[in-house]
Amino acid sequence: MDYLDSPAEATFRSDLRQWFTETIPKFFPGERTPRARLALDGARRWSRALFDAGYAGLTWPEEYGGRGLPVQYQAIMLDEQARAGAPEHLGIVGIGHAGPTIIAHGTAEQKAKYLEPILSGEAIWCQGFSEPESGSDLAAVRTRARLSDDRWIIDGQKIWSSFAHIADQCILLVRTDPNASKHDGLSYLLVDMKTPGIEIRPIRQITGDSEFNEIFFTGVEVPQDAILGQVGQGWQVAMTTLMHERATTGLTFVANLDTVVNRLTQYLNDVGADGDPLVRDQFARIWIDLQGLRFTNYRSLAVAATGRVPGPEGSIVKLAWSVTNQSVTRLAQQVAGPYALLSDSGEPWGGYWVYEQLRSRANSIEAGTSEILKNIVAERVIGLPRSR
Amino acid sequence: MKFILTEEQVMLRDSARSWLARHFPMSKVAEVADAELGGEESAWPQLVAMGWVEAATMGMTEAGLLLEESGYSLFPAPFFVSVGLANPLGADLKEPSTVAWAEDGAPYLLDALRSDIDETGRVWGHKVLVPDAQLATHAIVTTRAGLRRVVVEDCTIVDTPSLDGTRRLAELLMDGVPSEAMADVNLPTARAWMLAAVASEALGVASRALDLAVEHAKSRQQFGKSIGAYQGISHALVDAYASTELARSLVNWAWAAIDSKDSMAVASATAAKEKATSVAVSVCETAIQVHGGIGFTWESPLHRFYKRAQWLEAFEGNAPVMRAQIADLVLGRPAN
Repeated sequence: MDYLDSPAEATFRSDLRQWFTETIPKFFPGERTPRARLALDGARRWSRALFDAGYAGLTWPEEYGGRGLPVQYQAIMLDEQARAGAPEHLGIVGIGHAGPTIIAHGTAEQKAKYLEPILSGEAIWCQGFSEPESGSDLAAVRTRARLSDDRWIIDGQKIWSSFAHIADQCILLVRTDPNASKHDGLSYLLVDMKTPGIEIRPIRQITGDSEFNEIFFTGVEVPQDAILGQVGQGWQVAMTTLMHERATTGLTFVANLDTVVNRLTQYLNDVGADGDPLVRDQFARIWIDLQGLRFTNYRSLAVAATGRVPGPEGSIVKLAWSVTNQSVTRLAQQVAGPYALLSDSGEPWGGYWVYEQLRSRANSIEAGTSEILKNIVAERVIGLPRSR
Repeated sequence: MKFILTEEQVMLRDSARSWLARHFPMSKVAEVADAELGGEESAWPQLVAMGWVEAATMGMTEAGLLLEESGYSLFPAPFFVSVGLANPLGADLKEPSTVAWAEDGAPYLLDALRSDIDETGRVWGHKVLVPDAQLATHAIVTTRAGLRRVVVEDCTIVDTPSLDGTRRLAELLMDGVPSEAMADVNLPTARAWMLAAVASEALGVASRALDLAVEHAKSRQQFGKSIGAYQGISHALVDAYASTELARSLVNWAWAAIDSKDSMAVASATAAKEKATSVAVSVCETAIQVHGGIGFTWESPLHRFYKRAQWLEAFEGNAPVMRAQIADLVLGRPAN
């Protein structure tokens, strides 16, 4: 793909590749490929290293500590990150969701207080959007915030919040006016996770791991100026968050898939399965779909580079990515043969594929279920009548 | 092409679509397909005059754009064989040309051959599965002595029934047919162009089948609403849309990689051929299903797209063959 880079992009790519080559071994001593996930302090140090080298917040404006680069550079970053098998910056929610929303809607004080610690990895953010009764139908949130003197008092429950158990701050969508219409009664708060009355319960997943959490709010008091944007504008502010989420998650999905396919290639070789014609056929399907997804992103990037709004092709990336990632992990488990009976350390790669296979089931549920995404594409992209 | 078309390329594509819609509407295509020849010889001078032939020899992107339109309209003319197959072998395209490589037991371009020439340069051989031989004036023939150009009229042509009525097949019997030597070309490189050409047409077929299916799902009413409002229909169409867009991305990659002489040119064309042709087949199947009984009739145009899709999928290596080649490229050849 390098023939697609401009000279400046090519320089950026080669500098970055060099930096990864030098830096990654310091974090993963003795490992052939960094498969293990970093513990929290390691992840913080990694994020700090990215920040110090100028690789955090590439697309953020320079005045907020970013590099002010076009999204193509983010794509190169993710490409090279996948190539190197490097971990992500810890501030996924902060850099991708909270930060851009604060940049768009925040006061000068909010920007000064929150933005830089996001990039440096000091402040970890989580997102409090979904609720038990408000999943795909986000505007139905029930968590209440009422103004009492100069404080917001928050009561309610959020769910599926990644990083909440280690987060310092939360972007929280709440109902401030129960009498207003569904979308107009919402507001958007920035909440310190150390505030009394917040209880976090990790959700144990089918992997046995807990990435997601429930957050309970009981009489939680935050200052009146914790609001982002105006009272009653929470839906519009939340849409900014989701727009930023969609703008780059396609790139992230494909970069992660690239990493996993590289590992699959290595695994097939390790277990001696890469000569099996059925495995080769399945592998080729996966590889072709990976390239299809990669170049779907390139199509969007090429349009974005001209300053225009990318076409609707980006809407399929998450749908197709989830199917492909699920088939990667399925193939890896099939290759293990009877050893797929074992869990964790019994498996040839010490549990890596057992975990990834189970984890991949969430791919078609998290960040918009495939069914909801298909409804959206059916109505907004191919122009079919509404199904409800 | 770096994943975005220039203004000239957009104009070329748009003018091709409107010219084809005007001169080859579905009624005309059906008439030609069910007639003896299965194609219009007379279209060639017009294609030359409109600059399509010249444009298509400029680069893979231009050729691909036009071939996508040729698939979209099921253009029944020797355009695909000339631009998609003969051009990368160095054909002179003042007149339409096809390429003859397949032999019994040696169906693929890179297979070992029996056809040969004698000391006077006459070709002796028996080629099969030669596309649109009846519509082309010249054929480029692969022989043990390299590429040779023959006049089709000098050969004995035996029609072989083709699945696709708009793209006929023939056997070409050459018992000492006069020929000219062609300049050597790198066959794997030329084949990448051919595969990308097939993929481009297949992409056009998939797009058209999808358009027809979406149109039907919007207009057909049952139980008081458009059938496109039912998720059983709409989700199938979204799957078809998603796979068509993935195929488009791979086809665009192949165009860009071939035009840039990138090291991934062969891989990209192979991937594009695998995906675009299998997607064309499956989107046509979805379209037939969405149309219900009407989709199963001869009167509906869908079977013609479906047959073209299957023709393209089977031509020069079907999807499993393409996947085996991808595995060889990415994983290396198996040890045995």
